Amino acid sequence: MQEPAITPDLISAHGLKPDEYARILEIIGREPSFTELGIFSAMWNEHCSYKSSKKWLRTLPTTGPQVICGPGENAGVVDIGDNQAVIFKMESHNHPSYIEPHQGAATGVGGILRDVFTMGARPIAAMDSLSFGLPSHPKTAHLVKGVVEGVGSYGNCFGVPNVGGEVRFHASYNGNCLVNAFAAGLADADKIFYSAASGVGMPVVYLGAKTGRDGVGGATMASAEFDDTIEEKRPTVQVGDPFTEKRLLEACLELMASDSVISIQDMGAAGLTCSAVEMGDKGGLGIQLKLDDVPQRETNMTAYEMMLSESQERMLMVLKPEREAVARAIFEKWDLDFAIVGETIAEDRFLILHGNEVKADLPLSKLSSSAPEYDRPWVETPAAAALKDAPQIDPIAGLRALIGSPNYAHKGWVWEQYDTQVMADTIRTPGLGAGVVRVHDTGKALAFTSDVTPRYVRANPVEGGKQAVAEAYRNLTAVGAVPLATTDNMNFGNPEKPEIMGQFVGAIKGIGEACVALDMPIVSGNVSLYNETDGKGILPTPTIGAVGLLKSLDELIAGQPQDGDAAVVIGRTDGHLGQSALLAEAFGREDGDAPHVDLAAEKRNGDFLRANRKLIRAATDLSDGGLALAAFEMAEGAGLGVTLDPGETAFLFGEDQARYLVALRQSDIAALSAAAQAAGVPLALVGRFGGDTVTLGAASAPLGELSTLYRTAFAAAVA
Amino acid sequence: MKAAVITFPGSNCDRDLAVAFDKAGATVTRVWHKDAGLPDGTDIVAIPGGFSFGDYLRCGAIAAQSPVAAAIKAHADRGGYVLGICNGFQVLTETGLLPGALMRNAGLKFVCKTVTLTVATRDSAYTNGWAKGDRVRIPVAHHDGNYTIDADGLARLKDEDRIAFTYAENPNGSTADIAGVLSANRRVLGMMPHPERVIEDAQGGADGSVLFRSLISAMAAA
Repeated sequence: MQEPAITPDLISAHGLKPDEYARILEIIGREPSFTELGIFSAMWNEHCSYKSSKKWLRTLPTTGPQVICGPGENAGVVDIGDNQAVIFKMESHNHPSYIEPHQGAATGVGGILRDVFTMGARPIAAMDSLSFGLPSHPKTAHLVKGVVEGVGSYGNCFGVPNVGGEVRFHASYNGNCLVNAFAAGLADADKIFYSAASGVGMPVVYLGAKTGRDGVGGATMASAEFDDTIEEKRPTVQVGDPFTEKRLLEACLELMASDSVISIQDMGAAGLTCSAVEMGDKGGLGIQLKLDDVPQRETNMTAYEMMLSESQERMLMVLKPEREAVARAIFEKWDLDFAIVGETIAEDRFLILHGNEVKADLPLSKLSSSAPEYDRPWVETPAAAALKDAPQIDPIAGLRALIGSPNYAHKGWVWEQYDTQVMADTIRTPGLGAGVVRVHDTGKALAFTSDVTPRYVRANPVEGGKQAVAEAYRNLTAVGAVPLATTDNMNFGNPEKPEIMGQFVGAIKGIGEACVALDMPIVSGNVSLYNETDGKGILPTPTIGAVGLLKSLDELIAGQPQDGDAAVVIGRTDGHLGQSALLAEAFGREDGDAPHVDLAAEKRNGDFLRANRKLIRAATDLSDGGLALAAFEMAEGAGLGVTLDPGETAFLFGEDQARYLVALRQSDIAALSAAAQAAGVPLALVGRFGGDTVTLGAASAPLGELSTLYRTAFAAAVA
Repeated sequence: MKAAVITFPGSNCDRDLAVAFDKAGATVTRVWHKDAGLPDGTDIVAIPGGFSFGDYLRCGAIAAQSPVAAAIKAHADRGGYVLGICNGFQVLTETGLLPGALMRNAGLKFVCKTVTLTVATRDSAYTNGWAKGDRVRIPVAHHDGNYTIDADGLARLKDEDRIAFTYAENPNGSTADIAGVLSANRRVLGMMPHPERVIEDAQGGADGSVLFRSLISAMAAA
């Protein structure tokens, strides 16, 4: 088959800038073949190379005594004691989900699950952070339905409990939804599998599903802005098969237990290319592949197509040669493909053979290490003006505005479509705060949360970045867990615009400061840039996924308030309404500065809550929507009314940080107050739980009526 | 008591079911679907939830043609106990060991939540730990749990007191709110809800443990 000539148009269609192409010419000293151009394009796009973000990602804190492996592998590895480790990461699948919501979201879940089990971990929890355009936008209902179905279809069949996440709506996502999928798995700390190949002449083995033409060029697409031609891009979305992934999981875990694996890498973005280069590069080796031996499900596939295919449910492994028969038998048992497609070589070469031809012959180490890296110009986000006037509202009207909005309504419509209890270790299902999953067959448990408040990040990237981490810290703390580590999924607009790059730089700074102060190092992450449509960027959305440890279930705070319990706020309330949920939902305003985060207060108040958990029946963090929303959610979940004595708008709906609402027996108030005084932690008795009325200051409404609004608003908005 | 827990490709509640039997005091053997026979002395075969063969064709249809399916049928024909949960229930209707079929949920969506069931009969080894009419809280998690049976079949189930559980609030459109049914000899039970997910309080409830414990004591007494 005749390959196309390399023209400036073809180069540009591969997302390569003229100076990047010049660098290719310099590296190889000749014009690349079509296949080689595809390989460079796949390795050097933003999605795989992090070329705009690397400089800043390096500044994040990534180490700590709990960290076994930080960023750079498929997922981060964190010690949870007893020779066990939790392995986790969050990754975006934004562009594919906008083009084809069901398959885009499904394969996003599939990809993150593979990242976890390729390291030897059995996935035990998933979460999904979703951002959509306004419910009134014509595409939104279709996207919500498709994405939720897609997430559910994949995770449910695979058999991993979905224990949390977020769903938000904002006009800035009208043309560019966000689908951020998180997965965590469990492995023995001394049996983690890494991607670095070792040894010359070792067989390179292809595992899993066959290769088709789906997703050819997907990584390049994910790094491009959207425009009117989007419908033409549908063929670049992959199709997922969770049934194959489930078999691949079981086969890989059996394989890993059989002492056959030197290194293993899942085929995600840019499939065969990325996985092979990764294993060779990390091991300082070359790789030779014979594409004729690649299992194919379509006929007449070219080298270019096979090297760039993003067909799902595939792995690449470097095998201990003497274990071939054992390994092959495991894959045959699970009816999966097992094919030796190449070998490791001593020279620094990425040699691709197809038919009798050399289709690519490139210096392997240059493909990733020589990838372009940019120090993009950026401007600091101008300081947001403080809120000029803080509006007043009848508190019940304010609460109705929140719980009647799909942003703050009950999200059961979403999570009831996800299996939240498969594996039978779920201790706390989605709803209020962090999800909790028991570490199978131990007394330990892990807590999971994902958080960000994009409005804050836009107004003040540094404080907004801090706040995302602080809120994650609080959500973990509110169930009694000690926060361990963090994964970040940075969703931003076009980094070539200095003001967007400024948002990114600011958010990284805030995230980094918070992760240091709260001892939650970043162990994995993903960057998704170019989230723009027709030149308009999304709200900057650095989603923070975080994991906490409960060394014993005795540490768990999972109770509900009971009739007559006191409602107490831990932490200081100033009544910060800038960028608040109340302003946005009740007044249609998005002004003012984001609340500032006092990291020392976060740490102090969090430590205080955990230390006094025996006095606390139930706890929740205070975040957007403030005290009024949190008190309503906590009470409603328990089927109770609630009375909050103060009636001031700023007190009820302010979004000051470092705060929790806790429920406790009236008889425990004195003890908690004394402990708070000793610890220097502000504490305020604000009301009580019970009855069947919600009373906020002088206003009140029947619980039943509010509950109906809260539980029907989401479906009403998107159905 | 010896329990054989089957694994089909795509089963994903097999471990959970094995744990539930183990905690109730049974000796558990895991059986791969390509095995043509069951372990000697198997008292009960347990078919777990999940998506056997990816739910391709119809839920449970391909599993019902698996080598182990013939062994399960032979075991049931000998009067052996068989418990099918969720996808296991679908496999049992596909093999013909239980009447009816599980169709797509009436709401067309996957539904996962803890529901209230009414124990409709205590006349089985599975349900005799409860009183008839007891309310129990057990989670469902399925896309195809809409139990469907013709009028004659339903009349027969009712006449023979073979409806094991009904939903207090029907989550999926099942005929007569049926959540679980028994075979004519009362030894084969298929149910959509997952009792293996609620066997201890940490899981948010322990109602499911009653089923496993009563099964084991019934067999010990037999």
